[in-house]
Amino acid sequence: MTNHWVDIKNADLVLIIGGNAAEAHPCGFKWVTEAKAHNKARLIVVDPRFTRSASVADYYAPIRTGTDIAFLGGLINYLISEDKIQHEYVSNYTDAAFIVDDAYGFEDGLFNGYDADKRAYTQKATWSYAKGEDGFTRVDPTLQDPRCVFQLMKRHYSRYTAELVSSICGTPQEALLKVWAEIAETSAPGKAMTIMYALGWTQHTVGSQMIRTGAMVQLLLGNIGMPGGGMNALRGHSNIQGLTDLGLLSNLLPGYMTLAGDAEQDYAAYIAKRTSLPMRPGQLSYWQNYEKFHVSLMKAWYGKNATAENNWGYDWLPKLDIPGYDVLKVFDLMYQGKVNGYFCQGFNPIGSFPNKAKVGAALAKLKFLVVMDPLATDTSEFWRNVGDYNEVDTASIQTTVIRLPTTCFAEEDGSLVNSGRWLQWHWKAAEPPGQARTDIAIMAGLFHRLRELYTKEGGAYPAPILNLEWNYLRPDEPGPDELAREFSGKALADVSDPASGALLAKAGEQLAGFAQLRADGSTACGCWIFSGAWTQQGNQMARRDNADPYNMGQTNGWAWSWPANRRILYNRASADLSGQPWDPLKKRLVWWNGKVWTGTDVPDIKPDSPPEAGMNPFIMNPEGVARFFAVDKMAEGPFPEHYEPFETPIGRNPLHPDQPQATSNPAARVFKNDMEVFGTADEFPYAATTYRLTEHFHFWTKHCRLAAITQPEQFVEIGEVLGKELGIKAGDRVKVSSNRGFIKAVAVVTKRLKPLTVDGKTVHQVGIPIHWGFSGVAKNGYITNTLTPFVGDGNTQTPEFKSFLVNVEKV
Amino acid sequence: MDMNRRQFFKVCAVGLGGSSMAALGMAPPDAFADQVRHFKLASTRETRNTCPYCSVGCGLIMYSQGDGGKNVTQEIIHIEGDADHPVNRGTLCPKGAGLLDFVHSPNRLHYPQIREPGSNEWKRLEWDDALERIAKLVKADRDANFIERNEQGQTVNRWLTTGFLAASASSNESGYLTHKVVRSLGILGFDNQARV
Amino acid sequence: MATQDIIARSATTTPMPSVRQVGEVAKLIDTSKCIGCKACQVACSEWNDLRDEVGSNVGVYDNPRDLTADSWTLMRFAEHENPAGNLEWLIRKDGCMHCAEPGCLAACPSPGAIVKYANGIVDFNQDHCIGCGYCITGCPFDIPRISQKDHKAYKCTLCSDRVAVGLEPACVKTCPTGAIVFGSKEDMIEHADGRIKDLKERGFEQAGLYDPAGVGGTHVMYVLHHADQPELYSGLPSDPSISPLVGLWKGVSKPLALLAMGATVLLGFFHYVRVGPNRVEEDLEPVVHEVDPSVHEVEPKKP
Repeated sequence: MTNHWVDIKNADLVLIIGGNAAEAHPCGFKWVTEAKAHNKARLIVVDPRFTRSASVADYYAPIRTGTDIAFLGGLINYLISEDKIQHEYVSNYTDAAFIVDDAYGFEDGLFNGYDADKRAYTQKATWSYAKGEDGFTRVDPTLQDPRCVFQLMKRHYSRYTAELVSSICGTPQEALLKVWAEIAETSAPGKAMTIMYALGWTQHTVGSQMIRTGAMVQLLLGNIGMPGGGMNALRGHSNIQGLTDLGLLSNLLPGYMTLAGDAEQDYAAYIAKRTSLPMRPGQLSYWQNYEKFHVSLMKAWYGKNATAENNWGYDWLPKLDIPGYDVLKVFDLMYQGKVNGYFCQGFNPIGSFPNKAKVGAALAKLKFLVVMDPLATDTSEFWRNVGDYNEVDTASIQTTVIRLPTTCFAEEDGSLVNSGRWLQWHWKAAEPPGQARTDIAIMAGLFHRLRELYTKEGGAYPAPILNLEWNYLRPDEPGPDELAREFSGKALADVSDPASGALLAKAGEQLAGFAQLRADGSTACGCWIFSGAWTQQGNQMARRDNADPYNMGQTNGWAWSWPANRRILYNRASADLSGQPWDPLKKRLVWWNGKVWTGTDVPDIKPDSPPEAGMNPFIMNPEGVARFFAVDKMAEGPFPEHYEPFETPIGRNPLHPDQPQATSNPAARVFKNDMEVFGTADEFPYAATTYRLTEHFHFWTKHCRLAAITQPEQFVEIGEVLGKELGIKAGDRVKVSSNRGFIKAVAVVTKRLKPLTVDGKTVHQVGIPIHWGFSGVAKNGYITNTLTPFVGDGNTQTPEFKSFLVNVEKV
Repeated sequence: MDMNRRQFFKVCAVGLGGSSMAALGMAPPDAFADQVRHFKLASTRETRNTCPYCSVGCGLIMYSQGDGGKNVTQEIIHIEGDADHPVNRGTLCPKGAGLLDFVHSPNRLHYPQIREPGSNEWKRLEWDDALERIAKLVKADRDANFIERNEQGQTVNRWLTTGFLAASASSNESGYLTHKVVRSLGILGFDNQARV
Repeated sequence: MATQDIIARSATTTPMPSVRQVGEVAKLIDTSKCIGCKACQVACSEWNDLRDEVGSNVGVYDNPRDLTADSWTLMRFAEHENPAGNLEWLIRKDGCMHCAEPGCLAACPSPGAIVKYANGIVDFNQDHCIGCGYCITGCPFDIPRISQKDHKAYKCTLCSDRVAVGLEPACVKTCPTGAIVFGSKEDMIEHADGRIKDLKERGFEQAGLYDPAGVGGTHVMYVLHHADQPELYSGLPSDPSISPLVGLWKGVSKPLALLAMGATVLLGFFHYVRVGPNRVEEDLEPVVHEVDPSVHEVEPKKP
């Protein structure tokens, strides 16, 4: 979230799209009801289903799953053509005025430089701004240059007329215009709309671009950085934010630093490439400090073994030969028999990944699988024959499975990061059952045994294992407090202010924040964005002062928020060019007081840079402003374009009916064996989507009696019209099949799913909750992901769980 | 009054049942002062925590039986929302309100276990045996498949034949340590729930 | 709460203590804020240490399907298409209304099995319950349920144990959206006024408070978007009143029954001596709400 949960109360309009906050995040949703009750806010819900969020909305608009870019692209067209944009914001805080390189182009659904064989764009370098003679990017402050971002964007979305959007989305034109008009009202300076989205956007082959389109809308309206505004990813698990921040992804290091590729053999070049220099005069471009963050990380991991001479252990980090080994890639390799060992720490891939048949077959090819979990997961028993629910030949599965019992939240100390970026400390209340151990103890125990084996026997490249810093009081179970101090950062030598020479931290002391990090090896910090979470004053994450003196809901004394305890990102943009809040009464966040930036939040700008110096609010971007034009950052192109789901109920892209390469995301990676099992609408005519229910959490709560009572048995939702067509009544058992398998479940026949008219055809949508499996105290059910396609978003490789094709029959 | 014959008999029968018991001296004693249930949290120990389910991060208070003394094993008997918490202000969703049944789920794992190739059953393992066995499996695979240099002779130091899927509900502290260990082994097939 | 807090007691004619002055409490359920998440259901069971059976899905979101002796509250979901053609998903938390004039208490033949406290809570005392089920007949909202385990009646206590120590009921505490609030009855009516005003501004012209006079008002009240049509909310009665059967029991049948009692005991004694104990199948229709085992034939735990 750019903002945070409580801040939603400051919204004037709440748009829930690509998420279902009332069901998936009920306690966060309370701030929507607070905004309605105390700020006269209105709530609009756009969703394929009339959800529990819709049940309390002021307005609900249906949409066909997977078509949100069309919906939002149409909105961009509407805002520009109706002149409902926040002009001062757009002109100054975005790249609208930037001139784009001449080579950039877009024609019939494809951007320039597409290589169909590689399913990729090969000339992304041309997706850039034009440079002037001064070395900076050229701009046209009048926004009239036909090659400026604003004009290119205007032209790109001029195709998204209400009529065409309606025929893609199935949303009636009247509903589109009503929603767009209401949203447009928040373009007034000082008015704010918040967009709340979640996996309803991420789980598409164009998911990242859906989110970008939402962000573009918010920039046009001047809603980013505003209290009650922002792009708010509600996120999933309790620490999915923290684990992402800590870089537990194939290609990342902590704090959104990135691993090097094979070609980056030279350490200095690796650093230089990531040290973005300002593209406009006077901008901060905070990634200029990359080396400080990187060296401090390597000092935290490798201690005195990381030196300037060995490039701080650069060779000890693995290098990537492809963009990343994401889970789809790894399970595809596993399916091909190229992976031998796998660890699942608190994760249930057989339930959570697409195409269960492929995932199960892949697991069966492993030599060993290690599962660490508090619960007996389906994955740990993937080898057990449970009839239709898990039809496998146990005897032929040669995988050794070791299952390790772990503690749960109640049995350990530590911190979690919520989606509002708050790091909150929690405390242990009881001992775990039996011999369960913490993940920390398990990882430490395993590491020790490995280090001992490598010390005694040698083996492949032992250096990174032997050199790893492991200076904990109890080596077999480092304390959560020690680890938190390590990722927050400490001085290894005295650290002083380069300008004044004043001593900032003595050797051995905890650092106050990432501004004190150094590239010379004198500081260690395991995750620079978490720096300041545990200072010399103690554990900031454990703070419990919930005072809210300005009644803005910021509670700066509660826990600790990254970065630098800042509650709302880009908050400089909540003030106008002169540094005063757009709305000085109800939306006071930060302001220039004549000497420094101050406010109800920690200002997101260099504190002593006066407004007239022109430092812009988006300090992480070298442009200093927000990007409508994504330059080379996105696989599919600089402006989001609507592409159909890989399994489309209409078989063509109404924007590009004659260009089959542009039917679905041209830049999405598809493995050959998965391409072969995509289904088509003639055999599987209904558009399906999967989701969570409010009563359950993924595959955990089927092990909890209280949750099982409230939603005991697997079901699917179909509309009354479809039910009538197929002779299915509520309570009947139905078989839902895709080209990858089938599930059987109880039918919930409902008015909440209505047929839509799309591209001249009637499209029915089918809703399939995910929570059941073949273990638990709830009734056994089929793994819903038996049905889903094994293809991911073009950038993140998040699977397309939200849009695919099925058939439905009465059993 | 709308009542049929059958209903009339039903009424009389029930009236009779109740009255007769009372009239025959079988009325329960009039000790109704105690009938409100004793407040079950009166002397429990309170511990602050964060809900492990979704990313709202609601504050919890866990109530456990026992005062933390040497001779007692704390047992969590109730969990409810932390009213001081700025986001949830004491509220919890149905999953959070039922957390007690996660802590005490009959499907919690108690001991390390192994399922041998082809087998249809779990066997209990001691921790030392389990970790040693895993360490040996890991080392054998890493030693056999670690790639120090690619075909171009570039230093790549990666290991692709073993992967690691990290939790996304475990703490930052365990996530941080997991990352530190996994990267030191050269693993690239490394992801967490954020991917899906 | 203790003796002096009880102001009415089933099948008891002696005057109740009445010197203690306690304010009336109320729970207000705002259906327009309710998202049907069932947190209140779970919190209720968790607090009261109840675990109902894991049932089946019969094609709706309502689970369990009905109130039971182990489920004292549940969400009822109704899909309503309004005259403008727009869908409304009307979700109502069902459970004991804690009537000012409780039909259950009036109907109960067992002294002290049902009591009403000065603060308005109507509570069952299972020690005194004889399992006759007459409270069900007496309840205009069809709330109490007889347990199949001990054949005693159960229902929401308004968390009398929590309220007694100054806390709000468990369902109120947990409600994520603030759809359930708790306080003095006076404050709740005022809170409802504000909500109704807001709803009217948002186009629900018939929004209003449900505090039915037929039972003397209730200590659980609803804010309804359509207060003119409470039946839309899964059959919430528009004008609830105590069943005529209860009036009959109090007026006519009780003395008749008492007269007949001696003879019955005598007859019963002879019957027992000559024939042995007699088992009669209970057919008091509303008494035991059984779970229909035919709905779901799959045995889940068997592979």
